[in-house]
Amino acid sequence: MTTETQSTQERSQKLEGLGTRRKRVEDVRFTQGKGNYIDDFKQPGMLFGDFVRSPYGHARIKSINTEAALALPGVKAVLTAEDLKPLKLHWMPTLAGDVQAVLADEKVLFQGQEVVFVVAEDRYVAADAVDLVEVEYEDLPALVDPNQSMTAAAPVLRDDLQGKTSGAHGPRKHHNHIFTWEVGDAAGTARAISGAPVVATERIVYQRVHPCPLETCGCVASMDKVDGHLTVWGTFQAPHAVRTVASLISGIPEHKIRIVSPDIGGGFGNKVGVYPGYICSIVASIVLGVPVKWVEDRMENLQATAFARDYHMTGEIAATQEGRITALRCNVLADHGAFDACADPTKYPAGFFSICTGSYDIPVAHVTVEGVYTNKAPGGVAYRCSFRVTEASYFIERMIDVLARKLGMDPAEVRRRNLIRKEQFPYQSALGWEYDSGDYLTALDKALNTVGYAGLREEQRRNREAFAHGATRKLMGIGVSFFTEIVGAGPIKNCDILGLGMFDSCEIRVHPTGSVIARLGTISQGQGHATTFAQILASEIGIPADKITVEEGDTDTAPYGLGTYGSRSTPVAGAATAMAGRKIRAKAQMIAAHLLEVHDDDLEWDVDRFRVKGVPDLSKTMTELAFAAYNNVPPGMEPGLEAVSYYDPPNMTYPFGAYVCIVDVDVDSGVTEIRRFYALDDCGTRINPMIIEGQVHGGLTEALAIAMGQEMAYDDAGNLTNASLLDFFLPTAVETPSWETDFTTTPSPHHPIGAKGVGESPNVGGVSAFSNAVNDAFAHLGLTHTQMPHDHWRVWKTAERLGLTTA
Amino acid sequence: MAKMHIKLTINNRDVEILAEPRLLLIHLLREELGITGPHIGCDTSHCGACTVDMNGKSVKSCTVFSVQASGAEITTVEGLVGTDGSLHPLQEAFREHHGLQCGFCTPGMITRAYRLLQENPNPSEAEIRHGISGNLCRCTGYLTIVRAIHAAAEQMNKAREAAK
Repeated sequence: MTTETQSTQERSQKLEGLGTRRKRVEDVRFTQGKGNYIDDFKQPGMLFGDFVRSPYGHARIKSINTEAALALPGVKAVLTAEDLKPLKLHWMPTLAGDVQAVLADEKVLFQGQEVVFVVAEDRYVAADAVDLVEVEYEDLPALVDPNQSMTAAAPVLRDDLQGKTSGAHGPRKHHNHIFTWEVGDAAGTARAISGAPVVATERIVYQRVHPCPLETCGCVASMDKVDGHLTVWGTFQAPHAVRTVASLISGIPEHKIRIVSPDIGGGFGNKVGVYPGYICSIVASIVLGVPVKWVEDRMENLQATAFARDYHMTGEIAATQEGRITALRCNVLADHGAFDACADPTKYPAGFFSICTGSYDIPVAHVTVEGVYTNKAPGGVAYRCSFRVTEASYFIERMIDVLARKLGMDPAEVRRRNLIRKEQFPYQSALGWEYDSGDYLTALDKALNTVGYAGLREEQRRNREAFAHGATRKLMGIGVSFFTEIVGAGPIKNCDILGLGMFDSCEIRVHPTGSVIARLGTISQGQGHATTFAQILASEIGIPADKITVEEGDTDTAPYGLGTYGSRSTPVAGAATAMAGRKIRAKAQMIAAHLLEVHDDDLEWDVDRFRVKGVPDLSKTMTELAFAAYNNVPPGMEPGLEAVSYYDPPNMTYPFGAYVCIVDVDVDSGVTEIRRFYALDDCGTRINPMIIEGQVHGGLTEALAIAMGQEMAYDDAGNLTNASLLDFFLPTAVETPSWETDFTTTPSPHHPIGAKGVGESPNVGGVSAFSNAVNDAFAHLGLTHTQMPHDHWRVWKTAERLGLTTA
Repeated sequence: MAKMHIKLTINNRDVEILAEPRLLLIHLLREELGITGPHIGCDTSHCGACTVDMNGKSVKSCTVFSVQASGAEITTVEGLVGTDGSLHPLQEAFREHHGLQCGFCTPGMITRAYRLLQENPNPSEAEIRHGISGNLCRCTGYLTIVRAIHAAAEQMNKAREAAK
């Protein structure tokens, strides 16, 4: 059968475009061990860097002796803050408008802080040299509890900020205060709460956790002293931003810097920031004139690179007796660690936490967030979520359950009564966001019907009776969550990082034989961009996805973009891909009109070709048009078939979903068993259902980890007591349940293909579903809230507190 | 440090090398021999990204000294590829069932699954989950990995039947 006689459907299937469960092109390499991750890089003459790190949470450096280390054969350099000072590189700007010590300058402020950088022939010699560096410290009192940060007696952490009464986000009222951020109607909210018939109050802590991708952070810096070019390969979720920052702080012109992100072994927000290891490797390469590699080990990754969450939230939610919410207030104390290195758009020091009115039609709300310093590692990144969105979602989804207890109503019913109605979209939230589209009731009903919610509640009633009679020692919990995300930052008018507008980009080149290379400003860390962006383009330009190469991560070749985090790749770069594809198609249409000797308007698009309206046999395929673009274009038209699009989204996208978790809690051991987890996601137009399901599975597993076991446990002296995978909880295949996925489809009205993004939804919606389920198991006994993580010990303590454990 | 003479077989290739006694097997593979399929994820034998097959057992090569591997037969994920370039049924199945995302755990996971299916050609879901519990994955949530291993087992059993 020739192409011409194939049906529209057959030709469409051949493209493997939107909606296809296309197998991933990445996997052929990865399954054979042929990935190319940063630690796989080897350069001639390459040296290896390693850090001497602080064993203290807070201490003054009295002296550093590097003599013995320097004397060790194979050691090439030992750098301290004193060595970086002449280059003005001993401090670096953070993404949040603060500064961070590259190497500790007179003081150390958290355990694991970088103090000395050692460069040696290989990693073994570097490790030996690290042991030989002698640092003498004077121990200072550590400030670990953020609730103590702004007391009168709190030690001064940041000597460099003493006397500074304002920071990047406004006035500072205490030496450990970073910012106060406020949004909403304070007076209106206070009025609504004071006059409300029902007010539920709760203190909700979202503990400090860590993204902990399986690959740690690292780089190889190579300064070519002959031509003055600096190349840095590394684990960068935003390579172009790294290039600009590197140029601004090093003084090397930006055109002489090339940043490359090779294959990345998971990011989850951990690889957004700029770390001292990158700066030290660059400096060492400049000094020594050879490539320098730095790859952290797991303990360093957990101790020193970006953590997430650490939000201490106090909520008040007001409602009528019938369960209609009338107001919401939230005050947050945010522990940012020793330096404010949050990765948030400049104007949003608490990210998009103001999405905390969630999926509900709440008339008035008020939020304050206070950021403070403590003797902990810097960070505050968006760990598999848009900026502070999982904190917001966890907060509102717990508050709804707390309110339901107070009202004596079913938590699903409280949600149903308050969900924003379909006809209210685009919906203006009380805290200033415009939700683009949604059909929440349909999603909730589908979820509840699928799991048989009424039957589950009946089963739970019987379980509680049986428990009361001593017939079982297990309690059944049902957790419902209904989340709305805000992703795809973002409109340049709202969102920038260090002044760089958060647009994204795609550049397309169609080759004469009808195959394509597309380059984007984003970078995959496992999301499968090489597969899915080719699908978007295949549908737009009628060329099979298999003939489209997608390339990312090399700043010398890719168009400028702001990178991959905050579920922004599909909403922003995916939109740029569609828009650039449409430019290609528009030019192809003019070429087709020229070849077919008709007017442009007489042509119509048909899957992979333009045909003359009313004369379907007269057509030109995209393959034919690609060749014609290089030898027979209309008079006056430039040859070639290329396009670039820089896409500034008009709004963010608002994916949503309804999750249900059923858990059985053994009160004697505190062991929780996830019996069933059902996840319905609405991410708008679905590009590749296989990849969407994979993203949901993975995000739910990370949510499971956070809700049920993850916590960065600091002792009173600022020691991180669980900085290895022995103690820091990552679920194995045994603890991880099977996942059930489902969907509804409500396209985004402003995105060119209607897609909203999905990678972070399961983390945002999942954490509260797990937590609600555990809390629900004890709800009939008067429990409204327990803090995460719900590990066996804590759950057992809850059971003990409620008098359930056997004597 | 005095170097030691190590002789071993890696992916059916005989290798002789002089190495410091403290050189870890993972570094011998990755740094000295350029076999970069096995990865380093934790340095403490918890994550399994460095899993290789040594004398018919799965080992975590980040906690094996190269000298301990002297005389051993070692297979890495690269060694599962046929001499004609054909992929092992596990490698095919991981792609078919979307059993990987970032790919960092994949070589260790596949190498572990290879040994698991040698030990137990018909594993139940629970046996697969237990069998790969020494290998962490941060991306997939394991369900698709379990499916991939199931599918590969079926495929391999079918091929064995056909060969009889």
